[in-house]
Amino acid sequence: MSFNNLDTLYRQVIMDHYKNPRNKGTLEDGLTLEMNNPTCGDRIQLHFIIEGDTVTNAKFEGEGCSISLASASMMTQVVKGKSVEQALKLSQYFSDMMLGKETDSDGLELGDIEALQGVQKFPARIKCATLAWKAMEKAIEQEDEA
Amino acid sequence: MTILDVKSDFPILDQTINGHQLVYLDSAATAQKPQVVIDAVNDYYKFDNANVHRGVHTLGQRATDAYEGARETVTKFINAKQSKEIIFTRGTTESINIVARSYGDAFITAGDEIVLTEMEHHSNLIPWQQVAKRTGATLKFIPLEADGTMTMTAVKQTVTEKTKLVAITHVSNVLGTINPIKDITAHAHDMGAVVVVDGAQAVPHMAVDVQDLDCDFYAFSGHKMGAPTGIGVLYGKEKLLNQMDPVDYGGEMIDFVSLTDATWKELPWKFEGGTPIIAGAVGLASAIGYLQSIGFDKITAHEQALTDYAIKELKKIDGIDIYGPDKRCGLVTFNLTDVHPHDTATVLDSFGVAVRAGHHCCQPLMKWLKVTATARASFYVYNTFEDVDLFIDGLKQAKEFFGDVF
Repeated sequence: MSFNNLDTLYRQVIMDHYKNPRNKGTLEDGLTLEMNNPTCGDRIQLHFIIEGDTVTNAKFEGEGCSISLASASMMTQVVKGKSVEQALKLSQYFSDMMLGKETDSDGLELGDIEALQGVQKFPARIKCATLAWKAMEKAIEQEDEA
Repeated sequence: MTILDVKSDFPILDQTINGHQLVYLDSAATAQKPQVVIDAVNDYYKFDNANVHRGVHTLGQRATDAYEGARETVTKFINAKQSKEIIFTRGTTESINIVARSYGDAFITAGDEIVLTEMEHHSNLIPWQQVAKRTGATLKFIPLEADGTMTMTAVKQTVTEKTKLVAITHVSNVLGTINPIKDITAHAHDMGAVVVVDGAQAVPHMAVDVQDLDCDFYAFSGHKMGAPTGIGVLYGKEKLLNQMDPVDYGGEMIDFVSLTDATWKELPWKFEGGTPIIAGAVGLASAIGYLQSIGFDKITAHEQALTDYAIKELKKIDGIDIYGPDKRCGLVTFNLTDVHPHDTATVLDSFGVAVRAGHHCCQPLMKWLKVTATARASFYVYNTFEDVDLFIDGLKQAKEFFGDVF
């Protein structure tokens, strides 16, 4: 395999999110959710503020590989300001994209997340890409229960 | 100077991965299997398969002979005094859990201390955490020096008259540190403690003599030394094993059974409830035979030469952190500056080089190293200097690639 194949995984936009993460940090208010990938040690701490039906703010901190941290950066960027319903739809879209399933982006603002499409060719790395999204779903679930 | 040239004995290694010749450097996770082991397991199923220790038919006798013959092979291999001290298990994890459940729960009480080290694999940490929770005992850890070794001074400060049990790895799966088990055991015995050794990373690579070490229990896995997965060994001194109750109850391990009570078979069978791992034991005996035909002196020297060469070449790359002591066993754990080990491993895989990336089942040790994860290249009999060269080339590519994208 040449760099060409690696380039489908490590696209410029992914590396940009990794090196210059958006929404990195903490939030005083709102809910905090920590999730890790026990097989590899990646860890993400997600801070979410949900007001009414809307995700009004989202930040993250964490340790992990380029794919997991870029994905967290993209995720927070794309769900901020969206309704909870839209955020969950985006998560479904992302999950389908990782599994190589048919995706329906109808009415969804995808931001940069499509750049991660190449991860589906690297099955060992899919868990890295989905970590932040799983944390987001769990945060919304907890908010619902609260 | 290549000491061993046995790669062609391992059929799996003759393949390309992502268009490149496979370079397998993850043997500390699991080793590849030589054709003789694959044939031994295959032949057992093809010609001799039956259940053991029951029935009088010919196949039953052949299977029993193969299984008990494997026990004799293991007995001699680690120089146990007698074959009744060799219990077949699923692997190191089960072996340690048997000691924790059976010896730990019965003989450790509130206020006792269990001594471990900070370099333990989760399989020699969690079972003792659970014993401590069940019994009220306290866990203590022998502190490590900066290079990942331990001094006897530290051992003596930690292992005291309060210590009831010391559980320690023979060789660290991350640092490659070879611990002074014989000296630690002598001191622990002076303090009245029993010693459990996790030998998963030692037995495949060096001659181990349990009578010389004098440890009370020794656990290892077959799959890291060319045997199939799902077979391992627990060695225990007869006197201690006799004091312990079985962990798995059921068929195969009983002597007399009434509707309301039962008695157990003698050692080692009282610890082998259910139909045992017969083909696994056959495969393990074959793997031992294969390694002994090479000779452990050569195996150790070969791996040492590869490790020294890899470290020398790694040090030539700018921005490499190498973890662990100078004197180490068959592996090197490292990180490239600013490149996460997952990313390093993905780039290496794209060049056909298989390394491990992650916490290596040693989360507390990662914390001690002040990293979240590392990459690890581990060597075995079949690796060559050319493998090391391809690994180093791949790493340079990874560095170039991530240098480019940043």
